[in-house]
Formats: sequence, C-alpha cells, structure tokens
Amino acid sequence: MVAALPLTLTGATLRRQGKTLIGPVDLTLGRIGVTVVIGPNGSGKTSLLRMMHGLQRTADGRVGWSVADAIARERQAYVFQRPIALRRSVLANLMFPLRLRGASRAQAEAQARAIADRFDLSAMLAQPAPSLSGGEMQRLALARALITEPEILFADEPCAALDGQATRQIEALLAGTAAAGTRLVMATHDMGQARRLASDVIFLLHGRIHETGPAETFFAAPATPEAKAFLNGDIVE
Amino acid sequence: MGDLLAGLTEAFRMIVTLDAELIEITLRSLRVTLTALAISCLVGLPLGGWLAVRRFRLRRAVIATMNALIGLPPVVVGLVVYLFLSRSGPLGVLGLLFTPTAMIIAQIIIITPLVASIAYQAMRDLWSDYHDLLISMNATRGQRIVTLLIDARRALLTAALAGFGRAIGEVGAIMIVGGNIDGATRVLTTAIALETGRGDFALALGLGIILIALALIVSWGSHWAMRTERQGTW
Repeated sequence: MVAALPLTLTGATLRRQGKTLIGPVDLTLGRIGVTVVIGPNGSGKTSLLRMMHGLQRTADGRVGWSVADAIARERQAYVFQRPIALRRSVLANLMFPLRLRGASRAQAEAQARAIADRFDLSAMLAQPAPSLSGGEMQRLALARALITEPEILFADEPCAALDGQATRQIEALLAGTAAAGTRLVMATHDMGQARRLASDVIFLLHGRIHETGPAETFFAAPATPEAKAFLNGDIVE
Repeated sequence: MGDLLAGLTEAFRMIVTLDAELIEITLRSLRVTLTALAISCLVGLPLGGWLAVRRFRLRRAVIATMNALIGLPPVVVGLVVYLFLSRSGPLGVLGLLFTPTAMIIAQIIIITPLVASIAYQAMRDLWSDYHDLLISMNATRGQRIVTLLIDARRALLTAALAGFGRAIGEVGAIMIVGGNIDGATRVLTTAIALETGRGDFALALGLGIILIALALIVSWGSHWAMRTERQGTW
C-alpha cells in the first residue's frame, strides 16, 4: 500500500468573503510524529486542520497528498472539537464508518466490539450515543475515527471542556495511537498538553505559520518574540 | 345534543354488529389512503432528504414551491385529475375514472408535498448536525440521504402521519374522481357527506366517529411501533 503521506501544502490559502483566514501556508507533514498546532484564539487552528482534511476548499495553492485525492480521503479521519453523535447506539456509531465502506454487518460489529474494548466503551454499547457524557462521547468520537485505521488523524481540541480524568484518558489514547504509527495532527490551547504530546509544533498567528520546529527546541528556546510571549502566557495579538 | 347521542349510539351499533357495509367502506378508506401514503412516502421522504443534502441553484425556489403545494385545494386537484382521466382526457384510455385507483392518484398529488416538506425540514436540521461528520467520513450522496432517513425516522413518522391525516379525511377530490359509487368507490368521508345531505345525521355522525377512531388507532399504533418518546428525545 502506497502511503498517503507526506502531505505537502504549497501556498495553501483559505478565504471567506474576501477575508483571508489561512495562509498562504507552505508545510510538509512527514509519515510519523505528533504535530501540535498552537496559537491564540482566532489564529486559525481549526481552519488549518479543516483545510488539510479537505473540509474547506482552498482559494489558492494546493493541499497535496502523495496519492490520488480520492484514495487520500479514505486514509484520514477527523475528530471535531464538539463531537458529533449519530442518533444511534454507541455500537452503531462505531460500526458506521465501516458500513459506509461496505463492510458486512457482522464484520463491522466484530471490529466495533474490539475497538470498544480498547477505548473503554464496552459497557455502554447499547446506549444511545447522544446520552453519553462529554468524556465518553469524545472517546467514542476517537474510537469511531480510528476504526478505519487511518494513516493520519486530525484532532481539533479533543480535550476541550473535559475534566482532568477524561483529559488524561484521551491523552493516553492519543499517545497510544501515535505510538502505533498513526500520524497525529492536533490543535490545542492547552500548553501542558502540547508539551506532553508534541513531537513538533506549528505556532499559528493570524492564519500563518509564525514558527515551526521540533517540540523540544520550540518549547526550550522559541525563536520569535511572539512565540516566546505566547508560551509565557502573555496576550499575543 | 340529541343528534350527537344518536350518532354515538349508531356508531356503537355499527361496530358491535359488524355492519357489513361499514366494514367494506372502512377497509376501502384504509386501502386507498394507505396505498396513496405508501407511494407518497416512497417519493416524498427521499425527495426531502435529497433537498436537505443537495445545494443547487434553484433549491430555494423548489422548496418554496413545494411548501406552496401543501396548500393545493383538493377540489382543484380532483378537477384536474378528473379532466386527465375522463374519456376525452389524455389518459382516458386507461379507464381509471371512478375507480379507487383514480382516488389514490388524487391523494398522492395532495399529500406528497406535505410529506416531502415535513421530511425536508426534519432532515435539514439533522443535516446541519451531521454535515461535517459525513463529509469527513467521505459518505456518498446516497449514503448521506440514507443516513438522514434512518436517523430522522421518528420525525419522518410525523411526516407520514400528517400525510395520513390529510388523506383519510379528504373528501373533495375523491368525491370528484371517485364518484362516491356504492360498493365501488364509497369511502368514509364521501359516505358522511352523502348521509349528511340526506339528513341522516345519526349515521353520518356514527361514520364520523369511526373515522376519528381510525385516525387515532393508526397514530397510536405507529408511535407504539416506532417507540417514540421512549428512547431519548429522538
């Protein structure tokens, strides 16, 4: 199987109603690692992720995968900041992506039960998904995204609005996913989380990549004054 | 008051004695309406889903037209269907005028916009929830519509019941295209109209009570079958 990664963005730009939201962005994402996208509110973290995933069409430039776009689409998954529950049981939610790809009911159910086990969801398989708590729902969203074994997972603030225990659980699952070889691209506003998970960092400001580099260097010695100020907890405009 | 009481007594008598004519008329009412409803749902529900997920240039115009067609006067629909099916009309050779089939055709035209419109509104709201997820999961257009149809099923039941209610109580159109022929095209509503005209209020009212009971039974039955209000709010 030819890998869909690396992903290369060349001059990728996102506009809405004449306003430039993102870009131009030039960026290459390699096959392994955890890229954490940070930046002040409104800097375009979500838009950047959505653009890479193809949920938002670029106005200029290119989001180029190493395989045809149609194949690349099958190899990625996305976890939204506000998890979207299908109005079905937890089990049916987990089976859904597989059923879309034409898996048989029995096969999808077997896989769903296996992943539910890993994500601590087995006890609630029969429950309607919209009745889950925030942390449970985010675990379900993550499991549902990973059940197709994507090559790359985009996660937009997956721990926003979760309590400490749920955050710890989600972080452990994300780290495990990355360790198992899934490329992770994650937006977060939680610097502690960024430090815990990142292998490299993209610091966004006004829709552009202001600074990027390996996590260790970035956190130890940010090159730009804005990044330094942001890490200090100052307000960056 | 006396007429009402007489009506209740008459309804009770007809039900208890299993009045042959009553059963025949009731079954014909159900057959015509349920057939029309099934075909309307087959067309209207996917149409509503398609309108919810699809963006095209005339979309707003199509939706506005569909909503306007809800108010289509049944008598006019009956008249137009009559003209089409009459001997000298374009479909006259089929010989469908004054048959239950003609009544079904008229009812389909009357209730499909209603079914499609309610279905569209329910699925449009659901689509705004599901949009990002289904796009992200690369669902085809057909899969998106099927997903909405399944997950909005309880709201679609409302659409179907609204269609059923409009069709079972409809009298103008089916009177024109069916002709209220005894033993062939007489249904509950046309029988009520006839008996009222004749002055037999007790019989008319009795039939009316049975008509209302029928609507209630169908509604209860379908809600029970779909288990609405029992598994969460949806």
